[in-house]
Amino acid sequence: MSEAVLTETHTEHKLSFFRRYIWSYDHKVIGLQYLITSLFVAAIAGTLAMLIRLELAWPGHSWPLLEKIFPNAMPNGVMLPEFYTALFTMHGTLMIFFFLSLALVAGFGNFLIPLQIGARDMAFPFLNELSFWTVVPGIIIMVFSMFIENGAAGAGWMSYPPLSAIAQAVPGSQVGQTLWIIGMVFFIASFTMGGINFVTTILNCRAKGMTFFRMPLTTWAIFTAAILGILAFPALTAGAIMLLFDRHFGTSFFLPSGLYFGDKVLPHHGGVPLLWQHLFWFLGHPEVYILMLPSMGFTSDILSTFCRKPIFGYAAMVVAIWAIGVLSFLVWGHHMFVSGMNPYLGAFFLVNTIVIALPSAVKVYNWLTTLWRSRLHLTTASLFAIGIVSIFVTGGLSGIFLALSPLDIHLHDTMFVVAHFHFIMAGAALFGVFAGTAYWFPKMFGRLLNEKLGKLHFWLTFLTYYGVFFPMQYLGIHGMMRRLYDPTRYDYLKPLQPINVFITICAFILGAAQLIFMFNFFWSMWKGEKADKNPWHANGLEWTASSPPPHGNWGDKDPVVYRWPYDYSYPGAPKDYLPQTIPEEEIKFAQKY
Amino acid sequence: MSKPKGSKEAFFLAFFFICLAVFGALSFFKPWLPKLASDRTGIDRLFHTTLIMTGVVFVSVQSIVGYFIWRFSKEKNEKALYHPHDTKLEITWTVVTAIFLFALGGWGFKEWRSTMLQPPPKNAIMVEAIGQQFAWSFRYPSATGMFAKVDPNLISYKNPLGLDPKDESSKDNLYTKELYLPVNQPVVVRIRAMDVLHSFFLPNFRVKQDAVPGMTISTSFTPTQIGDFEIGCAQLCGAGHYTMRGMLHVMSVEDYQKKLDELRKPTKG
Repeated sequence: MSEAVLTETHTEHKLSFFRRYIWSYDHKVIGLQYLITSLFVAAIAGTLAMLIRLELAWPGHSWPLLEKIFPNAMPNGVMLPEFYTALFTMHGTLMIFFFLSLALVAGFGNFLIPLQIGARDMAFPFLNELSFWTVVPGIIIMVFSMFIENGAAGAGWMSYPPLSAIAQAVPGSQVGQTLWIIGMVFFIASFTMGGINFVTTILNCRAKGMTFFRMPLTTWAIFTAAILGILAFPALTAGAIMLLFDRHFGTSFFLPSGLYFGDKVLPHHGGVPLLWQHLFWFLGHPEVYILMLPSMGFTSDILSTFCRKPIFGYAAMVVAIWAIGVLSFLVWGHHMFVSGMNPYLGAFFLVNTIVIALPSAVKVYNWLTTLWRSRLHLTTASLFAIGIVSIFVTGGLSGIFLALSPLDIHLHDTMFVVAHFHFIMAGAALFGVFAGTAYWFPKMFGRLLNEKLGKLHFWLTFLTYYGVFFPMQYLGIHGMMRRLYDPTRYDYLKPLQPINVFITICAFILGAAQLIFMFNFFWSMWKGEKADKNPWHANGLEWTASSPPPHGNWGDKDPVVYRWPYDYSYPGAPKDYLPQTIPEEEIKFAQKY
Repeated sequence: MSKPKGSKEAFFLAFFFICLAVFGALSFFKPWLPKLASDRTGIDRLFHTTLIMTGVVFVSVQSIVGYFIWRFSKEKNEKALYHPHDTKLEITWTVVTAIFLFALGGWGFKEWRSTMLQPPPKNAIMVEAIGQQFAWSFRYPSATGMFAKVDPNLISYKNPLGLDPKDESSKDNLYTKELYLPVNQPVVVRIRAMDVLHSFFLPNFRVKQDAVPGMTISTSFTPTQIGDFEIGCAQLCGAGHYTMRGMLHVMSVEDYQKKLDELRKPTKG
């Protein structure tokens, strides 16, 4: 690592508040900037989800109190359908891009990568801080778009044209959609900077002895996710710019001739709406794994630590991560089985999607075998990690239905899909944020998260998560479409309404439970029990730095790595854990004397 | 490191997983799929097989997780096993899973081929479904089986589809707001959209096909039950998406003919 960083280590106390917390070059501060910002986004996006569920349980009902908060969107307390479309569009966009991507990849990635590989900082500290301050305007634009006339974008988080391209198609397609595109451009720019930084750091800045196959699975996963981001996002960048041109400069990339709106035929001609879907899902599917892979990495590391047992099948795990990463570029068409895409292509995507289930299954088997004959400690972190395994299995199995294209004919765009991705992608990733926070909190702030509150949060979240999304699968199988403002318009959906009410009640408890987490996070930050260097007796390199680590992480001496991070209950070792910095001779010495 | 006092907690967690497994298994005794009214029985068979296979995995994995947590979180447990890998075991489960997945995938492919990649039968009835914010409308061809040319520039109150009057068959193309089909007769639905994406969804028929502006996409099936069925729009098409409900009436062949003749009679106004 450069001398500049070393010098800065010693001059840390001289840094101004601005250079320390606002424009910092310290990867840990930047990681926390990302994480805390993303938690605020999550609070907003979660509130939107509550409104969505409120409407679905009691469609068209009047809530006079809400009129005071949303006078334009809920006149007389009744939600307008166009507000509803904006709600789920912004819920999806904010959650996927501005909460989960930021928290898991940018937040934890920044915080953990240098600590886990033994670097003093990221390869490009300036670029790193720049990437954070690039995404902030994106967030502001997205959130601000909810308060303009005609509201935020309303064409869904995947923004399919023509709906997203034509101003008169839906109220959100006026200024809201333009702001959505601009917000996304900021996000993509930021994510690309971050991705390049992560990949460079992992390739070049590993400590002495930190070979690739001694890296923790968390680092492997974030490494792969960063590469996926760099390769996949350009497709959306191109698509977003083309959409912007279709909207404002008269081009027709996605717009065919003969579009008839409000007694007028639009002058566009020659475009193809399906082109957007291909571009979008070429990003969209890898994006799913960008969220899931870090969470899978956390699960492996946390389970291993709290099972006091090496992760089973490390090499298979690395291969599975890469297999998932590569295959994620070959499955985008399974979002388009009934889109009008050539059905022969559908067969190709069916096969690829079935193949991607294999590495995912292998990961689950490895986690189960890690649990077997372990010495399991149930903490907030390990409970959430176990929750991830359960939720991932549930979501993965419903994925098989959707991968089988003949079944997707019936299930596509129903609540079954909503339930499926909330389990496998949103749920696994959300639980990853909670598990990761509980596990690395002492490293972040030098204090422990309150375990009692943490466990209460786990139980409420876990039970209600199943309460929300398990019954939702039945709604989908019964044929309830997604994005319906009022499902009771359909006679065959009326009998299902009690299930919708049940889901909404669970969702409210789920939402309220997150306040416990928020409180616990900020309270423990200042008032939590003080933690030492290695409160979990874990092996990873990050646990050899002090809590919280100083700028430059390792003091005067760079760490040297002698082993992988999973030597728990190592035969012959004096304790049930062996940090990566302990050489074999030391164990032999300990055995002798 | 706090001492593992897990047993009560582990018990609850294990109990939950086992409840989940039992609930997951039991809940499917109620038939959740809407009653089938078409010839797409293969889809239902594949669905139920997949349900059983994934159901078995779901129940076993969730209960194994539950059992392991309960069993291995006890305080008095011996040291954990140092067991980092087992190549034989890993190869075995990968291969076994692969066999099951490919069997299912192969069946899926076969079903997909017979549903989507076969030319429709020659005697199929042709009908067109047109999606527009926020309603479905339908067009039956002329007696000679022709759909007249359409031009959106000609759309007016009297000519809602923009039929080209120069085209001979435009005179007896039939425009309806609801769809009528005869039972047990194959039908090809040509699906179009006039403004944004829609999706022609017949929950009882296992039929769903997006309607894409600029494209005409055909899907074919055979209704097998007489009755009235709802048509949904499954693709977000704007603020009124939820109102885009259509009706399909499946009738005996005689009733169907009668209905179409009645609809074809010129009405004033």
